[in-house]
Amino acid sequence: MKNFEYARANNPADAVRLVGDRPGATFIAGGTDLLNLMKDGAQTHDRIVDVNGLALTDISHGNGFLRVGALARMADVGAHRAVREKFPVVSQALLASASPQVRNMASIGGNLLQRTRCGYFRDTGSACNKRIPGSGCPAIDGENRGHAVLGVSDHCIAAHPSDLAVSLIAVDAVVLTNGPHGERRIPFGDFHLAPGDTPERENVLTHGELIVGLELPLTPAAAKSQYLKLRDRATFEFAVVSVAAALDLRGRTVNDVRLAFGGIATKPWRSTDAEAVLRGRALDTATIDAAGRAAVHGAIPRAHNAFKIDLVQRALSRVLHELGGVR
Amino acid sequence: MRVNVTINGDQRQADDVWEGESLLYMLRERLGLPGSKNACEQGECGSCTVYLDDVPVCACLVAAGQCQGREVRTVEGLAAGDDLDPVQRSFVEAGAVQCGFCTPGLVVAAHDLLRRVPEPSDPEIREALAGNLCRCTGYEKILDAVRLAATRQASGAEAR
Ligand SMILES: Cc1cc2nc3c(=O)[nH]c(=O)nc-3n(C[C@H](O)[C@H](O)[C@H](O)COP(=O)(O)OP(=O)(O)OC[C@H]3O[C@@H](n4cnc5c(N)ncnc54)[C@H](O)[C@@H]3O)c2cc1C
Ligand code: FES
Ligand code: FES
Repeated sequence: MKNFEYARANNPADAVRLVGDRPGATFIAGGTDLLNLMKDGAQTHDRIVDVNGLALTDISHGNGFLRVGALARMADVGAHRAVREKFPVVSQALLASASPQVRNMASIGGNLLQRTRCGYFRDTGSACNKRIPGSGCPAIDGENRGHAVLGVSDHCIAAHPSDLAVSLIAVDAVVLTNGPHGERRIPFGDFHLAPGDTPERENVLTHGELIVGLELPLTPAAAKSQYLKLRDRATFEFAVVSVAAALDLRGRTVNDVRLAFGGIATKPWRSTDAEAVLRGRALDTATIDAAGRAAVHGAIPRAHNAFKIDLVQRALSRVLHELGGVR
Repeated sequence: MRVNVTINGDQRQADDVWEGESLLYMLRERLGLPGSKNACEQGECGSCTVYLDDVPVCACLVAAGQCQGREVRTVEGLAAGDDLDPVQRSFVEAGAVQCGFCTPGLVVAAHDLLRRVPEPSDPEIREALAGNLCRCTGYEKILDAVRLAATRQASGAEAR
């Protein structure tokens, strides 16, 4: 790890200035991803600004929204009663993430900005367009079992690792920020970026922009939601594929639905095409299968990850059968 | 930089700490507390588990500056002198220690579990200890130890 300066922010404005002032500066919350990246040399910074002193840990609800502070810990949010009852998909995604120790330390804001687990990205001995733009993507013809099949480009196929982010895009969350140019509200679907020609840009934040919290609208679909994560071992592992579904049925008919996917895409992936197949229709096995086909339409498999295309459809089918009580 | 931190109830100070140092390094190399073990340094194995402000974390993933003004309890802080904590005694009696490298982290994680869930089911034990890997793969005896500690705590509580 290279030398760096350690600074502490006393209020959000302070934090924004301390990072905004210096191109090589960044925030540290739990540190569970940042410190690993700095140890590996995949990221270097000359100033780290500790935001843990900011009063951004509250979880509250009222006026049709749940609000979660950016510094609330994964463990606390996952176990929170209002989150479990009103947004089961979010609670389940959090409690299926990492280990108890990591969840105790890691923050909600940091989770959304964690970087891909692509081995080439984390290994400074490899080329990687995300780490060194223009150096190439060895994953495309290399070890790509864990990589994405949707949202990919010729420059990068790294999968987005966050479970929480997949659940949040399925409940129409809004990211609240405070930056050098003032405050912003960013709808979750606009927050992360697919790699395109600039895989080094992963989200729309500007340098020095601090996430202060999240706003989640309380809806009937969110209250009836589920997260299914399939991994290579029973627990403490990133997703091979995952599904977040929120479903509001009127009788047998789908009134409202949100479907999002992890492990298969370069960013938290919502499929409005799959949702459109279901909306207004009676929920049965045939419609569910059609929605699955719509979700993976246009997927680009590589040598080792084609199995994900079938697997994610089966995962979606299981979740919708369970949530919808379809036999 | 200087770091002030409460460790096992004592106010401690470390000087000339490098910003890139971890809490784990500080404990082992500066503060004379080698109980927490250094294995993966990536949050993958839990050998370095300590309480930070009363919740277990991986000390290898905590930067020195992040513990300023906070409270740390290490495996050394669980026993009252020679009087081992029930979790520690159970690990000894169940034969849950082979090379012993994972033991301190597992003891802290199991200690935390039994504070929150006095009578955990097997799935609860497995999930609570998921962040702790045993390279000697002695998981059966480790589960035995946690079950024994739970029973011991339950009967201890009745005796009181
Ligand atoms: C062993 C291990 C297993 C894991 N398994 C999983 C898993 O299964 N699923 C999963 O989803 N995740 C998993 N993770 C990732 C983990 O969830 C993230 O490391 C964690 O959520 C990051 O949060 P943090 O507070 O520690 O962020 P930090 O490491 O402090 O920060 C991460 C990034 O976010 C930035 N940042 C932090 N807070 C803010 C803010 N408020 N505003 C702006 N920028 C900010 C930092 O500058 C940094 O760039 C795992 C991690 C480890 C170490
Ligand atoms: S040494 Fe900290 S988790 Fe392995
Ligand atoms: S006893 Fe050897 S690593 Fe667990």
